[in-house]
Amino acid sequence: MIARTTFAGFGGQGVLLMGYVLSHGAMLKDLNVTYFPSYGAEMRGGTANCTVTLSDRKIASPVASHPEYLVAMNYPSLAKFEPLVAPNGTIFLNSSLVEEDPQRDDVKVVKVPTVELAREVGSERAGNMVMIGAVCAETGLLSLEETIAGMKAALKGKEKFFELNQKGIERGFSFIKEGK
Amino acid sequence: MPSEKMLMRGSNVVGEAAVRAGCRYYFGYPITPQNELPEYLSWRLPEVGGTFIQAESEIASINMVMGAAAAGARVMTSSSSPGIALKQEGISYMAGQELPCVVANMMRGGPGLGNIAPSAADYFQATRGGGNGDYRTPTLAPAGGQELAEMVFVAFDLADTYRTPVMLLGDGLMGQVMEPVVFPDPIDPASLPQKDYILDGCEGRDPRAIYSLILDPPALMEHNLKLQAKYDLIAEKEVRYDTVELDDAEIIVVAYGTAARIAEEAVHELRAQGHAAGIFRPITLWPYPKQQLRELARDGRKVAVFELSLGQMVEDVILSVGERAPIYFYGVPGGVIPTPADVTDFLHSALADDGKVGRRIEV
Repeated sequence: MIARTTFAGFGGQGVLLMGYVLSHGAMLKDLNVTYFPSYGAEMRGGTANCTVTLSDRKIASPVASHPEYLVAMNYPSLAKFEPLVAPNGTIFLNSSLVEEDPQRDDVKVVKVPTVELAREVGSERAGNMVMIGAVCAETGLLSLEETIAGMKAALKGKEKFFELNQKGIERGFSFIKEGK
Repeated sequence: MPSEKMLMRGSNVVGEAAVRAGCRYYFGYPITPQNELPEYLSWRLPEVGGTFIQAESEIASINMVMGAAAAGARVMTSSSSPGIALKQEGISYMAGQELPCVVANMMRGGPGLGNIAPSAADYFQATRGGGNGDYRTPTLAPAGGQELAEMVFVAFDLADTYRTPVMLLGDGLMGQVMEPVVFPDPIDPASLPQKDYILDGCEGRDPRAIYSLILDPPALMEHNLKLQAKYDLIAEKEVRYDTVELDDAEIIVVAYGTAARIAEEAVHELRAQGHAAGIFRPITLWPYPKQQLRELARDGRKVAVFELSLGQMVEDVILSVGERAPIYFYGVPGGVIPTPADVTDFLHSALADDGKVGRRIEV
């Protein structure tokens, strides 16, 4: 098994943290993992993306030619990375911010209204947690418990964020499982 | 006890491994893309009673390294390409003085200030002696993750064993990529072998001096020959390399560091398509595994060199292989990171000899 996921968006949307949660969750269940971040010099307002590769075998390249999964948190990310997604892959779209539809007809598209769902659980800032919950629920890469464990490992020392983030992850899972 | 499995970026892996290898002194000056390494050591070294100093410049920092090494410490510095260029004076001095240290270079695009993106265009600088004079720096090029941790230990051991600066050559991508790592047992610096050349106070013994200035030509010649004998010994004993699926390979991909990992995925892709491809990955860039590569380049096999530069290691491949096998080269400079699919295209082109991606090297 090998699964490559590219997360992309504006700096400040928690793009790198989504990858970080997935990476920790995968390591905790003894998968091999590489996390490859790429970001501009800016802390906020620039573009950020990271690619996480999970496998039960040795991972050769942390650089992916054609990721199976793309998480696009804004339109520029969709435009930039859509052509690279592997055929029959899945694009997760932050539909709170992106009105456009992907052009490809050989990929599955999952629209997640991250802002609205995060607001339901208490804060729009949990939008990235809603998204990583939706990604894990849809792909089966991590279970709900494994995703929460990954979040807690990724944010070790920042326990005050655990409660809100857990609610966000749970909302992402329920959005996929219940379709709303 | 080895550590538990930790998810860490490459730069931090170097820092933690250095501490566990008994390094207690770090002197450096910030530069992207390796700042996570000094940031890590800035809090980690004080935890173990070590010293971290952010110097006023690269040149000051390498000279602080020289001082600590002269006093007997396990000591390191790090930087990225243009910063390493500035440190060359001190590295050449330390080669002449036979002082041990580890210099980590997380390479970025060049020449000059270039950019902050991952590149691997400092092969010549590292392996040919970036400073003046007849000297060599053993150069380790791990492929990241677990091997990065292990090679830091090897680097310090080589430095002490042969009394020489050792280069640890990574790149900006390796510094940023996070992978699970298990660290070896920590070494207690007090348990390391005593050094009989250091300047630690001469009460009760004859005074010592450490210098690189030897004005008398026959005396300097004798010193040069002594250094060369040491380099010959290193070349004989310390060659390291790795191979992947070479037994039946019709094409041998030669690549090091991050490039080798990208190439390895391309090799798996080629295998899936029915082509017998394999990897030859030098881990020591100097001494280069010349003989080992030479022996593999036979029976009509092709040799395909892939670098994150416009062709530096390829010169060592030419010196190793000569006319025993056709050599192809594909390189991407400037901090642009090719994907495994790009390397797959190159290997198809080399197999077909059609010149579409990369080029055939005329020896």
